[in-house]
Amino acid sequence: MTDKYDAIVVGGGHNGLVCSALLAKSGKSVLVLEANDQVGGAAITREFTDGYSVSACAHLLYQLQPSVRKDLKLKPQLVADDMTTIALDEDGKHIRLSGNSVTGVSDDDASSYRAFHKRMTRFAGLLNTYFNKAPPRLGPMDLSNLVLLGRLGLSVRLLGKKEMREFLRLIFMNIHDELVERFESPLLKGAVSLDAVLGTHLGPRSPNSILTYLYRLAGDCGRVALPAGGMGTVSDELAQVARSAGVTIRTGMPVKRIVIDNGRVAGVETESGERFDSMTVVSNADPKRTLLDLVGAQHIEARFTHRISNIRMRGNAAKLHLALDGLPTIAGLTQDDFAERLVIAPDEHYVERAFNPAKYGQSSPEPIVEMTFPSCRDASLAPSGKHVMSAIVQYAPYALKGGWTDAARREFEAATIRVIERYAPDIAKRITASELLTPADIESEFHITGGHWHHGELTMDQLMFVRPVSGAAQYRMPVDGLYLCGAGAHPGGGVSGAAGRNAARAILGREKAA
Amino acid sequence: MSVQHVPLGRLRTPFYERMVKLDTLNTWHEWKGYSTPDALYCAETEYFAIRNATAVFDLSPMTKYRITGPDSLAYLNRLVTRDMAKVKPGRVAYAVWCDDLGQVLDDGTIFHLREGEYRLCSQERHYDWLITSAIGFDVTVTEETADIAGLAVQGPTSYSVLSAMGLDGLGELKVFGLMHFDFEGTELMVSRTGFTGDLGYELWITADKAEALWDALFAAGQIFGIRAIGVHALEMSRVEAGYLAAYQDFLPAKATVRNGRTRSPLELGLEWLVDFKKPNFNGRRALAEEKRRGSTWRLVKLDIEGNKAAHHSYIYEKSKNNRKEIGFITSAVWSPICKQNIAIGTVKMPHGAPGSTVWVEIYYQREMHWNRAMAKAIVVDKPFWFPPRRSATPPGPY
Amino acid sequence: MKTYDAIIIGAGHNGLTTAAFLAKAGLDVVCLEKNEYIGGATVSREMYKGWLYSSCSYVCSLLRPEIYRALELHKHGLQVTPFGGSCQFMENGDYFGSYHDPEEAYREMARFSRRDADAYERYSADTMRQCRLVRDNLLRTAPDPTSFKPKDLMGLAELGLKFMDMGEDAMYETIRFWTMSVAEYLDQYFETDVIKTTKSGSGIIGTALGVYSPGTAYVLLHHYMGDVDGNVGTWGVARGGMGAIADSIAGALQTYGGELRAKAGVEKIIVKNGRATGVALESGEEISARLVVSAIDVKQTFLDRMDKSDLPEDFYNRVVNFKIRGSSGKVNIALDGMPTFPAIPKGSTLYHGDMHFIDSMERMERAFDDWKAGTWSKDPYIDMLIPTLTDPTMAPPGKHFMSCFVQYCPYQIDGRAWTEPEREAFGQTVIDQIANYSPDFKSLILHYEVRTPEDIENQIGITEGNIFHGELTMDQLLFNRPVPGYAQYRSPVSGLYMCGSSTHPGGGVMSAPGANAAREILADLRRTNTVPENFGDD
Repeated sequence: MTDKYDAIVVGGGHNGLVCSALLAKSGKSVLVLEANDQVGGAAITREFTDGYSVSACAHLLYQLQPSVRKDLKLKPQLVADDMTTIALDEDGKHIRLSGNSVTGVSDDDASSYRAFHKRMTRFAGLLNTYFNKAPPRLGPMDLSNLVLLGRLGLSVRLLGKKEMREFLRLIFMNIHDELVERFESPLLKGAVSLDAVLGTHLGPRSPNSILTYLYRLAGDCGRVALPAGGMGTVSDELAQVARSAGVTIRTGMPVKRIVIDNGRVAGVETESGERFDSMTVVSNADPKRTLLDLVGAQHIEARFTHRISNIRMRGNAAKLHLALDGLPTIAGLTQDDFAERLVIAPDEHYVERAFNPAKYGQSSPEPIVEMTFPSCRDASLAPSGKHVMSAIVQYAPYALKGGWTDAARREFEAATIRVIERYAPDIAKRITASELLTPADIESEFHITGGHWHHGELTMDQLMFVRPVSGAAQYRMPVDGLYLCGAGAHPGGGVSGAAGRNAARAILGREKAA
Repeated sequence: MSVQHVPLGRLRTPFYERMVKLDTLNTWHEWKGYSTPDALYCAETEYFAIRNATAVFDLSPMTKYRITGPDSLAYLNRLVTRDMAKVKPGRVAYAVWCDDLGQVLDDGTIFHLREGEYRLCSQERHYDWLITSAIGFDVTVTEETADIAGLAVQGPTSYSVLSAMGLDGLGELKVFGLMHFDFEGTELMVSRTGFTGDLGYELWITADKAEALWDALFAAGQIFGIRAIGVHALEMSRVEAGYLAAYQDFLPAKATVRNGRTRSPLELGLEWLVDFKKPNFNGRRALAEEKRRGSTWRLVKLDIEGNKAAHHSYIYEKSKNNRKEIGFITSAVWSPICKQNIAIGTVKMPHGAPGSTVWVEIYYQREMHWNRAMAKAIVVDKPFWFPPRRSATPPGPY
Repeated sequence: MKTYDAIIIGAGHNGLTTAAFLAKAGLDVVCLEKNEYIGGATVSREMYKGWLYSSCSYVCSLLRPEIYRALELHKHGLQVTPFGGSCQFMENGDYFGSYHDPEEAYREMARFSRRDADAYERYSADTMRQCRLVRDNLLRTAPDPTSFKPKDLMGLAELGLKFMDMGEDAMYETIRFWTMSVAEYLDQYFETDVIKTTKSGSGIIGTALGVYSPGTAYVLLHHYMGDVDGNVGTWGVARGGMGAIADSIAGALQTYGGELRAKAGVEKIIVKNGRATGVALESGEEISARLVVSAIDVKQTFLDRMDKSDLPEDFYNRVVNFKIRGSSGKVNIALDGMPTFPAIPKGSTLYHGDMHFIDSMERMERAFDDWKAGTWSKDPYIDMLIPTLTDPTMAPPGKHFMSCFVQYCPYQIDGRAWTEPEREAFGQTVIDQIANYSPDFKSLILHYEVRTPEDIENQIGITEGNIFHGELTMDQLLFNRPVPGYAQYRSPVSGLYMCGSSTHPGGGVMSAPGANAAREILADLRRTNTVPENFGDD
């Protein structure tokens, strides 16, 4: 006998959990099937070597949507809720960015940064209002759709004439030009460039990189938080909320296919051969995996298939985890400073140069690095007196020419260590174990196509109305009963939960209308 | 490296040399890169070869794709609107295929050559679409346009000609059936299909045997009035038969720029080809929606008063006062055999219901001067020419 | 002292166009040119005895036929002849030819990939859909989305309707088209590197962006939407070189009673009581007028020829930050005879078109990487054309003129001026790349001139020698061009207008900015409009 649910959510990532919890709260019976042994998708904590744990993929909490927090009454336990970013300088003249202030730069730069940050935060806030709704459709002339479109236009106009003009100009621009116009400090330009391009296939000179920067600021005004016990605890809390709302969560249950019967969704079948029935299947998997692998092209139409297969989602960000027998030494940093977010991006050209090889399927010989030493704040992650480092290292293209062979991995890890050594000369001596996750590893461990943590590049041609693809931006896929609730849908990546929440609302809204 | 430069100018079909020998007019035009004759002797005479004896038309420029592989049926069923599971080996299906918006990309014939092996034949090229559609299917699509020569052998004596050529057993072949024969050690495929609405066959063979086939055919056909024909004669017969031509009666959606200029199968009178019982095919969602909401256009076959062909005419609801354009003519011809002034057109819904009357504005030139006439037209729902011999099995020896 | 109705600064094709339309409306105008020759970058010059060089711009397709007709340019000697085809030479000895005949073009694409050959039809239709949307806006002033004026609201509504008329699906695709890179756009259609490379060239010509930079798909359009006799995307050469275009517009201007003064460089725009009242020439002479129209780029206009104190600070800063980037250079060559290119058949029509010597998207992008690093491309993208095959008047019989547009070429080398050896080396890079495919090419060279962006700036006066007077990125297009809030040809100083390529719709030898500016000026003066409307094509 098969179990029948009102909805089945494929994948227990944070968006899947948010979506399932909201559906359950509205009285639906919901089953979440997670392939891995723990929920959380790319937001998990796991031990990578004896006694050392890290947030295995996403490692900082940027933008958990306030609306999601409110709806689910989440109270994530944080060991830091507003980390300072320290942009490292080889000579120890680091600069520190926190909120709208930056220290270690000229007064001119500091005041320009305040103005810059204020404006960017304002624009990011505008974006964020769009994040909490499904994008309107462009074609239909029905009233509710027109109202949505009108509101969208109005919210831009409400910025006022001058700011609106600035917004409409900036969102198309590259971050490089804006930084060069405003700042002198190479380190400041480097640090902001890094924020703009982390997790994308863009360099600071690529148009669109201001938009990705705004994306980073959206949600929580750019505040960077560190959850106690790693990102896994955020997912655990979400799972807890979902369970108490009545959601059934089953882990270790990879879904083999979404069952389509007579042109509509009928349930799912797991790798182990179990079948679960439901007229509604919500996929937290990325759009390519969902539609091409789990549903299959024979159940969808050709141009849609083509568009899905053309989504650009080839990751560039690798994770490097180090087990350290003690903190390294960095000139000009105190012990406490290691608890902050450290970035290596000495100037904007450095970041661009790091990007260049990625265009040709090569990894950066001198990558950009975002480092955290979460054990400084959270002793549970490493044995006493020892530390872990969790770093995002870019660019390590998914489709590396020649593939991610052992030699290629060693080369990239060595390049990363060499770059870190410029600041922390004793880092190599401190390492007792390491783990490198290339985008290819992220793909196989977290089942994200291309290892792209946003489930698709956050460029204008893949956002809003056209995310994941033209004509399917309202969470409903063109198979009756099938929904997308992951980062591949609007508004995209980051541990924000917005896509999951919007999807849940689309599912429930539709039922109301019917 | 040595580069094989592409040939410039017009290409010649495998039958070109044979046609040139018969050609008296030297009026050719381009068809998908090949030279094809408007007519070889006299379009009227050639037309009557179709209706009265046997006409031979060189089909070689038709685009041909071979579709094979374990998923070929599933693939075709997603591609076209009709149910291909019903088309058994040895059968041919007229089919139409759409983009995701339910707009027609083209129509054509699909030959089920052998179990799981198909040939798709159409006027336009579709390799890009066929490959795009193949994502997720285990199929192989191979273009074989230049490899396979094709001849349409159409007319009341065509069966006699082919029998005289030694194609035994052809009498049992039903309309939309196909058979394989041996021709000088090469496989000759014969299908009972055509674009004339008359008794007729189409012959398909590898290009190297094309001339030998032509020679054998003409030798056998001598006493049955066989005649090579050009496009003009074919065009007259296809309008009589009510068949559609791409770029004339509809535009392939992939090459159409302006919104609203494409047509759905429902708007082309091809609803009988759309099988909504199939759970998924390309355009299904859009077509189901169109069926629910109603179509914008309707294809009409018109029987127009008088004898002046209504090329490029506007169609009006009324002849006087409040004259409102409701559509236009896409194909028109004076039918020599029906002695009818016939046309195919497209009108806005809800106009053009079968049996209704519309008006057509005809411009015609007489000794330099142009004249205009409003002509009454009746919407008919059957082909203008549909003789019993077209489908009689076995065909009679006419 | 005489007071003109209007002074136009700069006798490039846009300045001349504005002047001609104003003169046609009965205004007393004078167009001032700093050089002894007119035309700006639309010029033919005898740089070597017996040869006319189209020294800067070298092909014509964007010149709006509406303007051509309204100014009766054919009566002033203009004749634009289309040429067909183009050719991409490959490192392995092969080539990819683009033939004018669609079937020949199909066969050539199919030689590399049947799928690509077939996809071309879909590519054309999709691109044409975007062309139609944009082309309709060329001879219109860009509406200001922040304004509530009826004219702007109407303009926006019209744009909106035009957009909606595309249908829902095409609307989404339009959003994508306007923001994606030319490489990604082409990836949706083609699989063959050399075919993508051929088509990507138009996406980067004249811009400081690489084929992988978002926004370059639009630039592609900017080169595609031209038309010569209705064939969208085809190119033509002006008989007598590009200068014939400027000369013909100047002819029209003079027929309408306008004045033209060469060797009259403007030193300063005179502003009194917040109003432009005339100009001071480099010679010290002052000319007064009721209004001043600047055809030179916005940086030259506002930063070099005005006092900062006469401009609002915001506006001034925006102009400072307006991006006009030197990204391309030119090498013009006089040839003793026709060079041969053994890869293509003798007598091929491909000789008549433009030729390129780069065969992969990676090479295209690497050429851009060099520019980012502050130097010229060591393996550049060259758009080479021998216009004398179409227009024999540009060289003595049997001899030829070769125009090489070269990308990328920076304004400065690593932030400092070019040295002579570097200019020489840049020229050699170009000559060597071509010589790789033509063994007799070098021996036929009689004379050549190298023009870096710096040279173009010095000679023509365009900031950084940028052919578009400003990057064609979305942040600098339509209502953002050149400065948000000042995208309708009026400047913040009353009586001072802009009509050059820094304004909507941007560069290329199109004359649309000049015509649009004239229309706005005539509206402000309440004079009868002499500027034609779009022909439209529906």
